[in-house]
Amino acid sequence: MTRQIITAKNVVWAVLLVFASLAIPATTFAQDLGAHADGLTGNAEQGKLLYRRFCVGCHGEEGNGEGNNAQWIDPKPRDFTEATFRWRSTPTGTLPTDQDLYDTITRGVVGTFMPSWRPLPPQWRVDVLAYIKTFSPKWKTQKAGTPITIPPEPPKTIESVLHGRELFDQLQCWKCHGPEGRGDGPSAPTLTDDKGNPILPYDFHDGTRFRCGTTNQDLYKIFMTGLDGTPMPSFADILKPNDAWDLVHFLRTLQPLVKSQSRDEWEAYVKTHGSEIKPIGGGQGE
Amino acid sequence: MKILSFEKRVARFLSGVIALLFLFAIVLVSPKPAKAIPAFARKYGLPCSACHITWPELNNFGQVFRDNGYQMMNELDSPITRDASYFPMAIRITPQWHRESANNQTLDPTSTTGTATTGSLTTAGFDLSGMDVWFAGTLFKNVSFSALPSSDENASFHFENAFVRFDNLAGSPWLNLKVGKFELDLPVSEKREWTLSEDGGFYYIYHFLPSGDVNPFGGIGDNQIGVELAGHNANSYTRYAFSVVSSLDGQPGLLYGSPDGNPAGRTYDYYGHFEQGFNTPAGGFLKLGAYAYFGEAPTNYQYSLGTPIYGINNEPFYRAGAEVKWYFNKFVFKGVYLHAYDNAYLANGIPSNSGSLAGTGYQAAIWNGGFAEFQYVVSPQWDILVRYEGIRMSQQAYVGTAGNQSNMDAFTIASRFNPFMFSRAGLAIQQEYSVVRSNGVTSQGGVLTPSACPATSTTCNVISQSLFFGFDFDF
Repeated sequence: MTRQIITAKNVVWAVLLVFASLAIPATTFAQDLGAHADGLTGNAEQGKLLYRRFCVGCHGEEGNGEGNNAQWIDPKPRDFTEATFRWRSTPTGTLPTDQDLYDTITRGVVGTFMPSWRPLPPQWRVDVLAYIKTFSPKWKTQKAGTPITIPPEPPKTIESVLHGRELFDQLQCWKCHGPEGRGDGPSAPTLTDDKGNPILPYDFHDGTRFRCGTTNQDLYKIFMTGLDGTPMPSFADILKPNDAWDLVHFLRTLQPLVKSQSRDEWEAYVKTHGSEIKPIGGGQGE
Repeated sequence: MKILSFEKRVARFLSGVIALLFLFAIVLVSPKPAKAIPAFARKYGLPCSACHITWPELNNFGQVFRDNGYQMMNELDSPITRDASYFPMAIRITPQWHRESANNQTLDPTSTTGTATTGSLTTAGFDLSGMDVWFAGTLFKNVSFSALPSSDENASFHFENAFVRFDNLAGSPWLNLKVGKFELDLPVSEKREWTLSEDGGFYYIYHFLPSGDVNPFGGIGDNQIGVELAGHNANSYTRYAFSVVSSLDGQPGLLYGSPDGNPAGRTYDYYGHFEQGFNTPAGGFLKLGAYAYFGEAPTNYQYSLGTPIYGINNEPFYRAGAEVKWYFNKFVFKGVYLHAYDNAYLANGIPSNSGSLAGTGYQAAIWNGGFAEFQYVVSPQWDILVRYEGIRMSQQAYVGTAGNQSNMDAFTIASRFNPFMFSRAGLAIQQEYSVVRSNGVTSQGGVLTPSACPATSTTCNVISQSLFFGFDFDF
């Protein structure tokens, strides 16, 4: 009877089954769409290995932001299957450049569970990026947007700060960010991202770093591209470049933890003209 | 419809079972995404594989996290940002089966009339490791800590480490100050290596002393008590550490022998390590470094009413060397070289106040050693390791000693597989084999006697072997 059970035919079937199971992962691997950043070209096959080592716990095997740890994390990990990215150099509604994504991976996202992956060699980061692009068909059908042009920054004058303050008031930025930039505007408790998760406006008062960087150029980019997937729109159609820079200069005055010329100018101005300054939002937000 | 005989139906059923078992085996051993580690994973939500090549061995991301004082530097490091239920604790223990053997051992007679013979000693069975209970994390932003009570297999505890660290002083990652008991910043951490067998569970060069050497310094692999100034750049490619530690071999207390063989040297030892990393073509990176430990150890003791109180007549010793570490795709290579010197009084167990040793044949012991370790990281959950380690005496402590006495070679091969890792626990199934050849000394470090080594007492080999199967888990 033993001879009947372990026949050559049965063994062949068993071996075939084993090889068939091994073949499954190979046939389901997505197409490598390539990635280019910092002069390097990413390899999605290598990136898959790295993704499974470093990223899968939060972003999930399918890249849908539903990794094992996602339930404990707030804000939630990015869903790569939607290919909606916040920190871009490209206009709202467009895909980011590879360099944008590479920079986010490198920099991390302050105030979230996304750490800086700078400790990984640059090639590894580009490889991961190449793999991330396999999660959404958008990368096959659309091209990345053209990065916006950031003109040279004008002088940081008190006139610029005052104009920026007017814009902050007129554009009703304070409704979310609060009149003092503490992220406590009247609309703040109602905000959600495009997945319905509650989302908090940036708190300029306590923050030193933005999630997309630390420079004035990074700040300019935020409201000229918008943060796709969040209530933060793009103001590119409303603001002229000089207006945008004025707004940057004003926003810097809301950051007591960050040393800036704009804040110095503003504090000096408040000492001498404090009584002339009208409250933002007509006092509604206070 | 074709009717099958009972035997054929049984055969088909069993062949199906065999096929399913094959499939189950494949599913079991197929690389799966690693998930989380205890303690820090609970805090940061990262998979354990993010920081570890295979736990507990750190990869470069984990190294940066450690260098930052167990911080991600994402404004979420201070415990005040966490739910109060978070508690930074993990435990680790390893149920195991292992077999140990050594040849050329003296076997005492089993009867009153017999005589001693030479032969092999072999034993095997199920066993248990000691247990680590590890607390580590941040007390506040840029203030980190670690406390690690560690027990032997009989639950007798000691403090493996306990320190507080002030991170990023003056806002600079180049200035971090650690005070307490800690592992020196070794070229390759011994506390984080994952080999576990009796013969392969440590790096010999970190602890080696030639036969007869009584230097109470246990080796750079022992955690030491003192202060460390360390720094690093953003990706920890450039790192340095400088430590000043008491000459206590890491034992707490300032009196000789208390509580566990404290040499009470009453002096300070100095250790420094520097390493520099480079990106290499095709995505790998290379780290080169150098290190040195300079110390003094007592050769005699001050007594009071017949009780030794503390060490005196200290004499110098040093360990110095270099390292190379190359991380390339799924491969990791680590090589460490060590040059060692023990003063003649230390090496021969002679109090240094007993006069000059000139013309006596007693001299300093000098040796060189190193290891080369190669890992193939099959997946984040499966790591295979091969290691060779060798030590060669370049000057014996006594001129009449055979030149190759105390030389040794060690070889280890190991596999570590994590079938799963939940966010609060890790389990590794480990298999390991290690063999060590020592020239002219027993595996316990004593010199072979002629009866134990019939050929000659100084040139024959003792070969000891370890075979290990264990379940290493942490929670």
